Amino acid sequence: MTRATYMKLIGLMLILTVVQSVIMLIPDWNGTQASAEADEIDLLLDVMIVLSSFVFAIVIVMLGYCVYKYRAKPGDESDGKPIHGNTRLEIAWTLIPTVIVLFAAAYSWVILDDIEAEAASEDQMPVNVTAQQYKWTFEYPETGVVSDVFHVPVDKQLELSLTALEVLHSFWVPEWRIKRDLVPIADGNPTDVDNVVRVTPNLEGEYTLICTELCGWGHSTMQAKVVVESQEDFDAWMQEQEAEMTETSGSEVADEAVPGEQEDE
Amino acid sequence: MSILWRNPGMIRALFGMFVGGALGFGLVVALRAVSGLEIFQTEQTGYPHVIVPGITAPLGFLVGMGCFSYWFRWAGGAPTIPDDHSQHGAKTWKDYFRFNTDHKVIGIQYICTTFFFFIIGGLAAMAVRAELAQPGTQIVDPGFYNGLFSTHAAFMIFLFIIPVFAGIANYVLPLMIGAPDMAFPRLNALSFWMLPMAGILFLASYFVPGGAFDAGWTGYAPLSTGAPLGQSFFNLGVQFAGASSIATALNFLVTIITMRAPGMTFWRMPLLVWANLSTSLLVVAATPFIAGVQFMVLFDRALHTNFFNEATGGDVLSYQHIFWFYSHPAVYIMMLPGFGIISEVLSTHARKPIFGYRLMALALIGIVVLSYTVWAHHMFVSGMFSWLRVPMMITTLLIAVPTGIKIFSWLATLFDSVLHLKSTAMLFSLGFIVTFVVGGISGVMLGMVPLDIHMSDTYFIVAHIHFVLFGGSVFTIFAGLYHWFPKMTGRMYDERLGRAHFWLTLVGMLGTFVPMHWIGLEGMPRRVADYSSQFAEWNLVITIFSFVLGAAQIIFVYNVVVSWKWGPKAGDNPWRAKTIEWLVTSPPPVFNFDEIPRVVGGPYEFGVPGARHAIMAGEEGHEVAEPEPATVGTTSGATT
Repeated sequence: MTRATYMKLIGLMLILTVVQSVIMLIPDWNGTQASAEADEIDLLLDVMIVLSSFVFAIVIVMLGYCVYKYRAKPGDESDGKPIHGNTRLEIAWTLIPTVIVLFAAAYSWVILDDIEAEAASEDQMPVNVTAQQYKWTFEYPETGVVSDVFHVPVDKQLELSLTALEVLHSFWVPEWRIKRDLVPIADGNPTDVDNVVRVTPNLEGEYTLICTELCGWGHSTMQAKVVVESQEDFDAWMQEQEAEMTETSGSEVADEAVPGEQEDE
Repeated sequence: MSILWRNPGMIRALFGMFVGGALGFGLVVALRAVSGLEIFQTEQTGYPHVIVPGITAPLGFLVGMGCFSYWFRWAGGAPTIPDDHSQHGAKTWKDYFRFNTDHKVIGIQYICTTFFFFIIGGLAAMAVRAELAQPGTQIVDPGFYNGLFSTHAAFMIFLFIIPVFAGIANYVLPLMIGAPDMAFPRLNALSFWMLPMAGILFLASYFVPGGAFDAGWTGYAPLSTGAPLGQSFFNLGVQFAGASSIATALNFLVTIITMRAPGMTFWRMPLLVWANLSTSLLVVAATPFIAGVQFMVLFDRALHTNFFNEATGGDVLSYQHIFWFYSHPAVYIMMLPGFGIISEVLSTHARKPIFGYRLMALALIGIVVLSYTVWAHHMFVSGMFSWLRVPMMITTLLIAVPTGIKIFSWLATLFDSVLHLKSTAMLFSLGFIVTFVVGGISGVMLGMVPLDIHMSDTYFIVAHIHFVLFGGSVFTIFAGLYHWFPKMTGRMYDERLGRAHFWLTLVGMLGTFVPMHWIGLEGMPRRVADYSSQFAEWNLVITIFSFVLGAAQIIFVYNVVVSWKWGPKAGDNPWRAKTIEWLVTSPPPVFNFDEIPRVVGGPYEFGVPGARHAIMAGEEGHEVAEPEPATVGTTSGATT
C-alpha cells in the first residue's frame, strides 16, 4: 500500500467522521430540555456522538477497504501476506484508546459533579416522593400538603427524598434527564440507601413522570403528571391545597364536596 | 421391570423423574403432617410441595438417565464397569437421547438442545413484539407480558447463548488441542443433561398458579421475593443451568491445561482455546454468585429468611450487588467464546495469520480481570453508595481498551488478505465486527454516569444489549456453526441459503434494534406492555423487522436439516485451515486420533512457506513424540 493510499484512507475516515457527526447531531435525541441538568448531559452525548463517529468511521473505512480491495477471485487458493503483527502499531492502539477513555471518564466526572451540585438552601425545595404499586405520592414537608400530581416551581432546585413502599420503582422525567430508583427503606435507613436526588426544572410546562423499574403488572401505566409552573402559580396551588387540607381534616363530608361548591364558599 | 431398571435411558429417566418427584412430594407432606402444619401451604410464595419435587424430580431424571451410575457403583464399593466404549459415537439419531460420554456427541446434543430453546425464546420475543406493535393492550394482558419477556431473556441467556458456546467448544476444542476427549467425560455428560432440566423448569413455570416468572431475568428483590410460584421455578432452573456451566468450565480448564498435545505451548494455542480458557476462568468464579443469590431469593420466598426484606433488617440493594457480580462477567461469558470463533473464522477465510496473536490472547485475560471490577455500572441509579460510581465508570470505560485491541487486530488481519466473501461464516464475522462496534460504542456511553442516569432502564438499554448479544454473540454463534458444520456432519451446507440467511438476519437485526436507541432516548422505558402513542410508528417498524429477523432463522434451520441429511460430502478440510480439528476426517473418528498429533508451530501460519501447525501420526516428523501407546482405550476410565 502506498503512502497516497494511506492518506486517502485517512482522509476518507475524517470525511466520514464529519458527515456522520453532522447527521447525528441534527436530531434532538433526548427531546425537550426542561432542567438545568439536561443541558450538560446532552452536551456530553454530543461529544460522545462525535467521538463515536470517529471510531465507527475507522472501522467502517478499514473494513470496506479490505472487502473491496482483497476480495478473493473465484478459485483463488492463494494465501494472504503472512504479517504476524507490528509492535509499534499494537502499542499505539492500546495507549491511544486508553488516553481517550480516561479523558472521557474525567469529563463525565466533572459533569456528574456539576449536575449533582447542591444549590444554596434558600433556592431549594424538599419534596418527599413515595412510590407504591402503582401510584405516585408527593408530600411537601414545608406545608404538609400531599398530592398525586407533582406541582413544582420553575428554577428551584428540588431535593427529592425517594421512598418505595413494597418493591423497587424508579423516578424518571425524560425532559429532566434525572433518574433514581426508589427503594423500600426501613426506619432510619440502616442499609444506607442514597435516596436523595436533586434536579432543577427550568422550563414551565406539563410533563410525565414515568416509572422505569419493573414493578409488576401495572408497571407500564405507573405514571404521574408533572406541572412545572411559575413561583406565583405554584404558591397559589399550594395555598389552595392547604385550604383543602384544613377543610378535609375539619369535616368528614368534605370528601364529597363538588369543586363548584368549594368556589362558592 | 428389571430390564428397565438396568438400562439407563430415556424411559428409565422419565420413571426416575416420577419417582424423584413423588419422593419429594411425600417428604414434604410427611414432614408437615408430623409437625402438625397445614399439609399444603399455598400462600403465594410458598408451595413447598411443588418446590421440593422441583429439585428431586430433575435429580431423579438424571439418575435414571445414568448420569451417576458409574459414581454410585464406585462410591458404594461395587466393582465399577469399565467403559467398553460401545456407547461412543452416535450411529442413529436415537443415540443423541442417551447418556453419552463422547465429547462430539455431547457437543451436538448441546447445540441442538440450545437451538430448541433459542426457538422458544425467539417465539416469546415475537409475542412481545406483536403486543408492542401498537400502543394499548391487544394480545396479552400486562401480567402475561411480563412473563413473556422474562422467559425470553432467561431462555436466551441461560439456555441458549451460554450453553451453545459450551457446545461448540465441546465439539471443537478437544480436537483442536489434540486431546482424545474432555478431561472428565462423565462430568461432561452430566453437565449436558442438567440443561434440559433447567429448560423444563422454566417452561413449567407457565403452567403453575400465577403464571411464568415475571420479575425480569434480573429478578430484582423484593419484586421477586414476593412474586407468585413461577419465580421459584426460575430460582431452581438457574441452579441447574449454573451447575452445568460451572462443571463444564472446570472441565475445560483441566482439559486445556493438562491435555494439550505435545508441543502445544500456551503461545501455540488457537485463540478459540484461549477464549474458552478465559471464559472458564470467569464461569468458575462468577457463576456461584448467581446460584447463591437465587437460593437466597428462594429461601426468602419458601423459608421466610430475611436476606432482602428491609422491614426485617434485610438489605434490598445487596441483591443487585451479588446478582451483577455474576451477571456482568456473564456478559463476557457470552462474548469471549465468540471472540475466539471470530479469530478462527477470520484468519481461515481471509488466509492470514491473526494480527498480533499474543496481544489478542492478553486482551482476553485483560477483559477477564477487568470484568470483575465493573458490576456496579448496572446500578448507577439504584441508590447504592454514590462513591462507587466513579471508580466503576473508569474501569467500565477501560474495558473498551482490550475490546478495541481485538477489533483493530481483526481489521489488521483482513489487511492484505485473500478475503473469501462468499463464505457465510466470513459474512457473519464481518457483520459481527460492525454490529459489535455499535454495541460497544453504546456501551461506553452507558458506562458514563451522567448519560446512564438518563438512558438507564430505557429502550436504549434494550438496543444496546441486543446489539452486543444478538449482533455480537449470536452472529459469532452462526459464524462458528457455519464454519464447523462440515466438520461436525461431514457434509456441506448450501452457501446461497447461508448468504440469504445472513443478509436477512442483518437487515432484520438493524431494523429491529437501531430504532430502539431513538425511542429510548426520547423517553420510552423498557419492560412496558403499553407505551405512549408518540412511539407508535417506530414500534410498528420494529415489530415488522423483528418478524423478518424471526423468519430468517427458518432458512437456517432448513439449511442445516437438509444439508445434514442430503448435503454434498464436505471433505476433511474444506476451508484449508491449519488447526488440528481439520487434520482429521469429517466427521472425526470416534476416538479423534489414532495417535496424538505433535504440534510444531503456531495455529495460523497462512502464507508462510512450509509452516505447519501440527504433524499427524504416520506423517514424517511425528515419531519424535514419546512412544506412548494410543490413549484411546484408557482415557475415559482413567480420568474419572
